[in-house]
This record gives sequence, C-alpha cells and structure tokens, in this order.
Amino acid sequence: MGIIDQILAGEVRATARLLRDIDDQVSSSQTILRELYPYTGKAYVVGFTGSPGVGKSTLVDQLALRYRKEGKTVGILAVDPTSPFSGGAILGDRIRMQRHFLDSGVFIRSLATRGHFGGLTRSTNDMINVLDAMGKDVILVETVGVGQDEVEIAQSAHTTIVVTIPGMGDEIQAIKAGIMEIGSIFVVNKADREGSRKTVREIRNLVELGMRRREESNGWEPLIVETEAVKGRGIEDLFQGIEKHRDYLLANDRGQLDDVLQKRARNQLMEALRDEALKTIVGRLESRGVLIDDLVRKVVDKESDPYSVVQQVLAEELR
Amino acid sequence: MEKDRKLRILIAKPGLDGHDRGARVIARAFRDAGFEVVYTGCHQTPEQIVSTAIQEDVDMVGLSILSGAHTYSFPRIMELLRENRAEDITVIGGGIFPLEDIPKLKDVGIKEIFEPGAKLQDIIGWVRENVKPREAVSL
Repeated sequence: MGIIDQILAGEVRATARLLRDIDDQVSSSQTILRELYPYTGKAYVVGFTGSPGVGKSTLVDQLALRYRKEGKTVGILAVDPTSPFSGGAILGDRIRMQRHFLDSGVFIRSLATRGHFGGLTRSTNDMINVLDAMGKDVILVETVGVGQDEVEIAQSAHTTIVVTIPGMGDEIQAIKAGIMEIGSIFVVNKADREGSRKTVREIRNLVELGMRRREESNGWEPLIVETEAVKGRGIEDLFQGIEKHRDYLLANDRGQLDDVLQKRARNQLMEALRDEALKTIVGRLESRGVLIDDLVRKVVDKESDPYSVVQQVLAEELR
Repeated sequence: MEKDRKLRILIAKPGLDGHDRGARVIARAFRDAGFEVVYTGCHQTPEQIVSTAIQEDVDMVGLSILSGAHTYSFPRIMELLRENRAEDITVIGGGIFPLEDIPKLKDVGIKEIFEPGAKLQDIIGWVRENVKPREAVSL
C-alpha cells in the first residue's frame, strides 16, 4: 500500500512520519500533500489560544473526551516554543492528555515553533490537512502560549477559542486590539478563582464594543463560557457553544463559512507563494555564485541599502 | 534547499515511581543540545509509551526508571515496538539498575544504559553518535 492509501486508511505510523517530513520541510512531502489535498475539507477545526498557563492543554484534553463521547475521532496538534538559543524544545502538552494515549480514535502530535511567529508552526496548516485526510472528524489545535498579537490560529480554525483566567483584567484591556478580536468563543478558565464574574463582564464589554465596530463579525456574537477544566466544569457549555458556532458557520446564509475557507486558503496560498518565491530566488542567486552573506555585507558596510539590493536582485532574477 | 532534520526524542517514565527529577534534567539537557524532546510525565505504561513514540515519530526513546520495574517494562516496550513495526526507534535507559540486569536489557534490544554518575555531555555525545534522524517517506 502506498503512502497515500496508508494515510487515507488512517494508518498511524505513516501519518506520523509524513508529519515529520512536513515539519522538516522535506521536498517530497509536498508531492504527497498535493495528492492528499482533494481528500481534505471534511474535518472541523477548533483552535485554542491564550497566555501560557491558562489551561489550554487541559481544555483540549476535556473536549477531546467530550467529542469521543459523540463517537467522533479527534486529531490534536499542540504547539510549544522552540529555544531561540539551542533550537531544541521541550514539548510537554501531552502531560495533560494521558488518558487518550491508548485511544485509537485520538491522534496527538506535539510541535515546536521552530522560529515561526504567530502562535502556530510553519507546518500547522499542512498538518491539519493530513489529519483531515486520515479521517479525523475534529481537529483541536492548541497554540503556543501567546501574548497579544498571535492571531494566526483564526485563519486556520473554523472556531477560535480564546482562553483567559480571572485576575487578568488589566491584561484584557491591554490585549483588546490583538487576540481579543479573534475569539468565536471566550473561555474564562479556573472560574473558581476570585474575580471570575468581573472578568466575564470585562470581556462582554469588549466584545460588545467590538461587535459595533466590526462588520466582519457577520452576525455572530462571541460567546463567553466559564470553565474549571481540571474538574470538567463548564466543558458541556463549551462543547455546546462550539456546536452553536458550527451551526452558524454551516448555515452559510451570509457566506460565513465561505469567509473562513477563503481566509484559510488565501493564507496557505500566500505562504506557499512566499516560500517558493524565496526558494527560487535564493537558488538562482546561489547558482550564479552570489551569496546572501555578501549582500548582507554590502548593507552593513553602507555600500548599498536593503531596498536597492532587493530591487536589483528582483530585476536580475525575475527577468 | 532542504534543512537538516531535527532529532526528536521521547523521555518517558514507565512504572509507579514518581521521581522525575532525572527525567527533567535529561529532557532539559537534550533541549539545550538542540533536540526536540517530548515529555509525558510519570506513571506511563509500556503501551502508552510506544503509542506516544509512534504518534510523535521520535528517533529515540529515553526511559527513566528508579523503581526496579525495568525487568518487566523494558522488554515489554521492545516487544510492542516490534509488534508495531517500529523497532527502528532507538531505546536507551537511565536510572538505577542491578549490574546483572544490564546485559539482559541489552539482549532485549535496549541500546545503552546510563547509570547514576553518567555525564550529560557523554549522554548527548552518545545520542549524536548513535541516533540518526530517519529517511523521508516517499510516494
């Protein structure tokens, strides 16, 4: 059986190996992705984002369990940071997901950011497609712990869940322009802590302000759910909230599903274009014996400037 | 323009002892050596460890154990890897072992055993020398 058939049959080892090749940017993986693409588009993608320590992994663990109760199969992609110094990483999201390790209906993959900014990895969208093609009904994507501006997940997920905890009130103010704009659902986790109601109120205020400002909310009013993930409290509400958002998207009466799909496709297309264009140009430069380092030197020595160098390179290499 | 493959390693603690200081230290050292380390915490069964190793597509599994249960868990892990056609994954052990057990563990396919006092640099050196990222899959 070839790799394509193995993946379509949901074969775990083949899938795991392909994901590795994608992460390592092995060029043969692109050929395989091309073949798999027609088989994608069936899975529902839910993204989880928020600061480190707010409970994203625990929520993902609980929701995976909830989806399994529905008989749905689940793929999980969990991102942790790469050390900028060594290039290594410790990927620890699985610690909270141990109960799923022996469930053949759940596939978990830990990913390292490898220098990519935006909350996800460079490979995440392709990996979503692979898990989709292998037949996972729901794909839960957990971003690296993010600050304010890592909104990439909103371009990959159907439903984006922004997770926060009580007592981050000032922080909510601070992040109102960033990730507070991308939530389809806001979760206030660790809701047993003091100040939970206040945090909910603050989010509601921000959401309502945002609704008035934004036309692209397309008629969806973001939900706010209180949870206590370690105890499983509020998980049913969150699950129902996701279902509600899914119904809203699938109704597509204002083209809302189309919006999501277009955003994702555009993002993937532009990224691939950027990568390929860069690869092509650098390749041509190298084949003429021009080193990037030499160009850098010119800029450092003020012999030229970045803008002129780029214009020159493009003029010569894209003729 | 293909990049170097990154080594992926699973650090796992089979069995019931909850002393994971050693596992954390080695995980950290591997991170600093530039490896991607999947860490799953304590109390893992051989089945959980093998399932994780396969889903995460690691090149090596490092087993940390202090409880004496290695005589069961190590051979069982090797057996499960073979059953899943994943015997290409290198397995090493670290912790406390009776001397006479070490040859037996190597017999079942554990590539190396590191005992208390092993230097982190030596372990990292051993990994670099003996574990290579696997080949890409092809169509």
